[in-house]
Amino acid sequence: MTTDPLLSVEDLHVRFHTRAGLVEAVRGISFEVGREKLGIVGESGSGKSMTGRAILGLVPYPGEVKARRIVFDGVDLQTLSERQLREIRGKRISMVMQDPKFSLNPVMTVGEQVAEAYRIHSRVSASVAREKALEMLAAVRIRNPERVYDLYPHEVSGGMGQRVMIAMMLIPSPDLLIADEPTSALDVTVQMQVLAIIDDLVTRRGMGLIFVSHDLNLVASFCDRVAIMYAGRIVETCRASELKNAQHPYTRGLLASAPRIDDDREALPTLPRDPAWAEG
Amino acid sequence: MDAMIRVKGLNVSFGEGGEALRAVDGVSFQVAAGESFGLVGESGSGKSTVLRALSGLNPNWTGEVEIGGEAQGGRRDKSFYKTCQMVFQDPYGSLHPRRTVDSILREPLAIHRLPDADRRVTEVLDAVGLGPRFRYRYPHQLSGGQRQRVAIARALILQPKILLLDEPTSALDVSVQAEILNLLKRLRAERGLTYVLVTHNLAVVAWMCERIAVMNRGRIVEELTAERLRRAEPEHPYTRQLLAASIGYDRQAVETFQDY
Repeated sequence: MTTDPLLSVEDLHVRFHTRAGLVEAVRGISFEVGREKLGIVGESGSGKSMTGRAILGLVPYPGEVKARRIVFDGVDLQTLSERQLREIRGKRISMVMQDPKFSLNPVMTVGEQVAEAYRIHSRVSASVAREKALEMLAAVRIRNPERVYDLYPHEVSGGMGQRVMIAMMLIPSPDLLIADEPTSALDVTVQMQVLAIIDDLVTRRGMGLIFVSHDLNLVASFCDRVAIMYAGRIVETCRASELKNAQHPYTRGLLASAPRIDDDREALPTLPRDPAWAEG
Repeated sequence: MDAMIRVKGLNVSFGEGGEALRAVDGVSFQVAAGESFGLVGESGSGKSTVLRALSGLNPNWTGEVEIGGEAQGGRRDKSFYKTCQMVFQDPYGSLHPRRTVDSILREPLAIHRLPDADRRVTEVLDAVGLGPRFRYRYPHQLSGGQRQRVAIARALILQPKILLLDEPTSALDVSVQAEILNLLKRLRAERGLTYVLVTHNLAVVAWMCERIAVMNRGRIVEELTAERLRRAEPEHPYTRQLLAASIGYDRQAVETFQDY
């Protein structure tokens, strides 16, 4: 599966110097992504979102990113100028953020935004871009793309906004997609339909996917491999199908604490946290 | 059945005339005293709107609603809230940011002119597992799980018979969710409370409730026991699809999904 990795990250750190002192959101993690679906799972504050942002240089001020290497397609992204990085961002590596409310331009129709994402990266006429955008909106299961094209972000629901975001990120046909909780605002059935679109792009076009999520069960059924993050470190990496046999007590605790539909347990086990995990 | 809650032909519309949207369309159900009843559905199914009509937050509904043996109108009097309290989804938004936990918990006591405020606050904090050291903190000094415990304490301090729970754990991490669900289950057993739980999470509702109504587009499409849901035996195709999607990702299953 993982022949030559698309992206290879070594010893990544994300630090914030705050008035209260140094906060280390990500503390020396290493991983590779090939043309596969890698899930990064953790609870809030585990550093999973910062990991996704750090790859594209999108960690907000005053955050500081340091890594031995962040190699994408043979090039260390840290050595690129902001201009060179813009060539890669969006076109080769794109990112879907969690909240469409803050990621869409409020004064531009959603269709124009999708079309713009296409035109920036390939020289085509406005009408071709429009056609392509409509196609993409239909592909993310928007029932009436012609109508939705002319709506502004405030006129669409959260779930619809998220599908627009996904359409916008997929339209330049990136090699690697970083998706940060891309479907957590969606209803389960729509969520599965959107995941199927992303899944098909991975299998048919050989796109790589980093899927950041808090939902261990979803990641277990959707991804190929899973990295579990705790307190800024990867505590365990395993094949998604092997997650049931995970070794780390944190992973096991997370798996056990979620109720299952066929659950007949009297009480749900809670997760006592061992300070040693943060050091591990 | 000794019904604590009886709802018959409940309709709720938003907007007027031709533009009106019927969010809840002829919903009927009963909840026995001491029972835990779940309302599940996707966004826009009307599940939260039913809860808001029950709680008196939305007075614009038609139909019959009987709570604790008394027929309810649009407006509720003070005594209603001694029977029936609500816990909201977002523990970040539902607590006053400039009030201490103590002051948040004293307010319902002051409104209802109940004596022994000090003792009641201590007791209820203890019951939700927070203890006295949280008493003079502000919401921003608490984690999400601790805030939800305060919200539950505020609902319990009037010693109601019914708790209306609107997605009480969907803003929380799974390990914290487990703590809150355990707490809610224990409180119900100890105090004989009646619950109506609204959620989109089938696993949560199967674990918390004995009976479940599945809503879609303002209607109840199916009412079933948690036991049938656990055995994956729903009858309505919509419920089956919801169940399939809730279990996990399955590329083949997605192809069979329909719009309901």
